[in-house]
Amino acid sequence: MFLDASGSAPMTNRTLEAFHAGLADGWADPSRLHSESRRARQLLDASREAIAEALGARPEHTHLAHSPHAGLERVIAGVFAARRGRDRIVASAVERDATMHAAHHVAGGALTVVPVDARGHVDLDALAEELAVPDVALAAVQHANHEIGTVQRLDRVAEAAAAARVPLLVDATASIGHGPAPQHWDALVANPADWGGPAGLGIVALRPQTRWLPAWPEGDDWAPGGVLVPAVLAAAVALQERRELLDETSLRLHRLIARVRDAAASWPGVDVVGDPDERLPHVVTFSCLYVDGEALLSRLDREGVAVGSGSACTTSTLEPSRVLAAVGALSHGNVRLGLHPGVTDADIDRLLDLLPRVIADLRDEAGAPEIA
Amino acid sequence: MAQDDAAAGGGGRVTVDATGMLCPLPIIELAKAARGRDAGTEITVLATDLAARVDVPAWARMTGHEFVGEKKTDGPGIALTVRLR
Repeated sequence: MFLDASGSAPMTNRTLEAFHAGLADGWADPSRLHSESRRARQLLDASREAIAEALGARPEHTHLAHSPHAGLERVIAGVFAARRGRDRIVASAVERDATMHAAHHVAGGALTVVPVDARGHVDLDALAEELAVPDVALAAVQHANHEIGTVQRLDRVAEAAAAARVPLLVDATASIGHGPAPQHWDALVANPADWGGPAGLGIVALRPQTRWLPAWPEGDDWAPGGVLVPAVLAAAVALQERRELLDETSLRLHRLIARVRDAAASWPGVDVVGDPDERLPHVVTFSCLYVDGEALLSRLDREGVAVGSGSACTTSTLEPSRVLAAVGALSHGNVRLGLHPGVTDADIDRLLDLLPRVIADLRDEAGAPEIA
Repeated sequence: MAQDDAAAGGGGRVTVDATGMLCPLPIIELAKAARGRDAGTEITVLATDLAARVDVPAWARMTGHEFVGEKKTDGPGIALTVRLR
């Protein structure tokens, strides 16, 4: 039972078939001039157009990158390069590491982090205050958080950015395919693997008026060496499939996550993180006092249940998760669920039956005191 | 692990030495030290795992106690203090 689909969802048969068809028909190098190449080129262009349409973007301003991570790096570097004289980047405290690292690198350390409240919403006053200083090249605020699911109030974020004439980069890598695409952005990054497409592909969309310069040697080529055409086709088909069932699926997953949130909140010493209402339909994180996250994950894995974690204990850096620290949640004993459309009520029944026993066992083993 | 310090004022003071321990052990030791203590007791956790900076305030919030603050120590690491309610 796979409940860790945030960032990498299983592919459906239809997507796999599209991938295979792409290998059969789109194997040629799309940049050459013969008919085999033209066929690959047509597949690539049609797929990119379909993805652009779903994002509410223009195909000619929608670029493919080698990963969402690479897309974030390139768009941050490219937009920054076009803002000469402005050398600071402002980002919310819950952005992805990829965003933070790229911003820090590109701006030579001049990265300002704007705090979030206990539910993960960026502090709009603090953001506006930072943007009012006329040295900001770029603001990065995600659409929805990949760990805790909180959806930002992008209309108000965009208002603040527009008032300061600062381009707004929206990381939509956790949200596209799970609900309506965000409308308020100057640059946007999406992750096909998150909506059930193949991994190893990132999408960058820019508004026609968003200025950028190639901060790399390959000019306007965002994916030097080219992308895998069958992967782009499969990504477009997967997104199409998600959109056909979007209303029904997101409503159902929203209810399943609401069940998990309610149940977990009733367990002693368990803290459910993120906004209960303004959230992704399919993602939740909760943290369990006195529980070692790694032990929890491996115990669930032995029971055939795959979940994710944001626990410090499971990373090599031993630094607590920045996202969880930003909202004041525990650094340990975290369980992150990301539901894909194939998850059933029965799966959640089983999880909710299993978890309290596993948590109690692990607390016993750790010699943790009873929780009143 | 927990050591009672000389009682100062009304509430007692307790120090929990969790240096070298990785999460979640520091707050397990904190919770053990808190058991049966009077309201007003101040417990200071000495920790080298940076996760404790997140976990001790979160523990206080989740268990209804008060997080007082964080200080650097003379040794490696930090001292995090909670007041029991």
